[in-house]
Amino acid sequence: MNPRHIRDFAAKALLWLSAGAVSALLLALAGYAGFRGAPELSWRFLTGQESILGGTAGILPSVVNTLVVIAVSLAVVLPVGVGAAVYLTEYARNRLFVEGAAFAAGVLSGVPSILYAMIGALVFCDKLGLQKTLLAGSLTLSIMTLPTVLRTTQESLKAAPLSYREGALGLGAGKWPMIRTLILPASVDGIVTGCILAAGRVVGETAVLMYTAGLSMVMQDFSSLQSALDASGATLSTALYVYAKERADFGAAFAVATVLLFLTAAINSLAAAVGRRVRRV
Amino acid sequence: MSEQIILSARGLDFYYGPAQALRSIHLDIPAKKVTALIGPSGCGKSTFLRCLNRMNDLIPGARAEGSLTFHGEEIYQKGRDVAALRRRIGMVFQKPNLFPMSIYDNVAYGPRLHGIRSRSALDETVERSLRAAAIWEEVANRLKRPALGLSGGQQQRLCIARALAVEPEVLLMDEATSALDPISTGRIETLLGTLKDRYTIVLVTHNMRQAARVSSRTAFFLNGEVVERGPTERLFSMPRDRRTEAYLTGCLG
Repeated sequence: MNPRHIRDFAAKALLWLSAGAVSALLLALAGYAGFRGAPELSWRFLTGQESILGGTAGILPSVVNTLVVIAVSLAVVLPVGVGAAVYLTEYARNRLFVEGAAFAAGVLSGVPSILYAMIGALVFCDKLGLQKTLLAGSLTLSIMTLPTVLRTTQESLKAAPLSYREGALGLGAGKWPMIRTLILPASVDGIVTGCILAAGRVVGETAVLMYTAGLSMVMQDFSSLQSALDASGATLSTALYVYAKERADFGAAFAVATVLLFLTAAINSLAAAVGRRVRRV
Repeated sequence: MSEQIILSARGLDFYYGPAQALRSIHLDIPAKKVTALIGPSGCGKSTFLRCLNRMNDLIPGARAEGSLTFHGEEIYQKGRDVAALRRRIGMVFQKPNLFPMSIYDNVAYGPRLHGIRSRSALDETVERSLRAAAIWEEVANRLKRPALGLSGGQQQRLCIARALAVEPEVLLMDEATSALDPISTGRIETLLGTLKDRYTIVLVTHNMRQAARVSSRTAFFLNGEVVERGPTERLFSMPRDRRTEAYLTGCLG
């Protein structure tokens, strides 16, 4: 073997090792959580709620809370983030302003979430009087995920083919019609990616929700707008914290972790399917 | 022979940031004729073409000075409705730039933009434009199929149909056949012959024989200036400027 072949082989081996290590680590983590959590998982655990008197464990309230928080925070961050990205990328003329916004977004995406937790607690729970509710938690999380959605959307807007712009403008299209009919559809991938990342951070967040959304594990009442606005409680991640840290019930904690893994996988597949569908139209 | 001047440059200068791309251009474009702009790469002919519909606006730092008029009105006037200008001055680009939608939706894109909603009116415009671009027979039975599945030559004719669908007065063609094979190029040249009775066509080309075949007027650009302009036949057979002759005989550019 000559030196070129050796280098080639060594590089390939190293790359294979890194890929293998990453896959092995992920599989081991998921496998271990599943292995420890599986014995606790049951239909009753998934669809029931905790009752001290009845002596039952159940995480349905947390599953529902998680979905509600994801939905509400995405419903807020998506229009605001995409709108801001379109303005900054397509309309803003002041370079200083655009660069300042990008810098701020960069800083904000690196800030520890405990800071968002404090701001959320001060502004939404206290000043705006929302108390510790799922709504206050969702609003705080939508601010926390805003930089992510903003940046991924901006990147994909910039990557939209110049030929679309020239084609549309050449036909006498105004700026907004061009953006709406060609540039945004071409950016769906990036927007969906931003949403997956945002949903991922929402699902994994604990600090913010402990301060702003509460830790109740009792089923909340979403039947009327008023009661839904007052709903307060733990998502799966905060429930996991409660089980592991406050009750030392590791079986339940691992069971929750397993559910979280499945939920994350489901969100990813759903987002991918949505992306495919939108792009086809 | 009297001819109506539709586009007119008087002392037009154009800059990309600090770099000057056009120097004091004086050029008249007659209505309902094919005018060819020729010259070596980087000579400014495409820049001039893209001034006519202000496509250069997309480039940051680009600016024009001097006079450039369309029907006597300044193209670069402050507050000019650029979208309305581009609707009257259509453009076909070097590479086919169809949108990722069906053949029908590509052609209907412009009319829809400009407020035509009625199904029958759209159907009629789409068919008329596709016929005018000599591509109707090839696509009539697959209008709902993705436009990007067509061959390069078909895509370019579809781009012409899309431009014609908004009923422009002027059609700018920026090396529109340079990415095509000779047969597709021939088809488009034939098509230009049928379009020139109804549209003013300005054509940028590297292909000297194409300029000679399809245009009635030619302007020769060099280093951002118009060196020579005139009836195509005269310019090709008896160039007055030494540099034009050198370029035409392949000694320059």
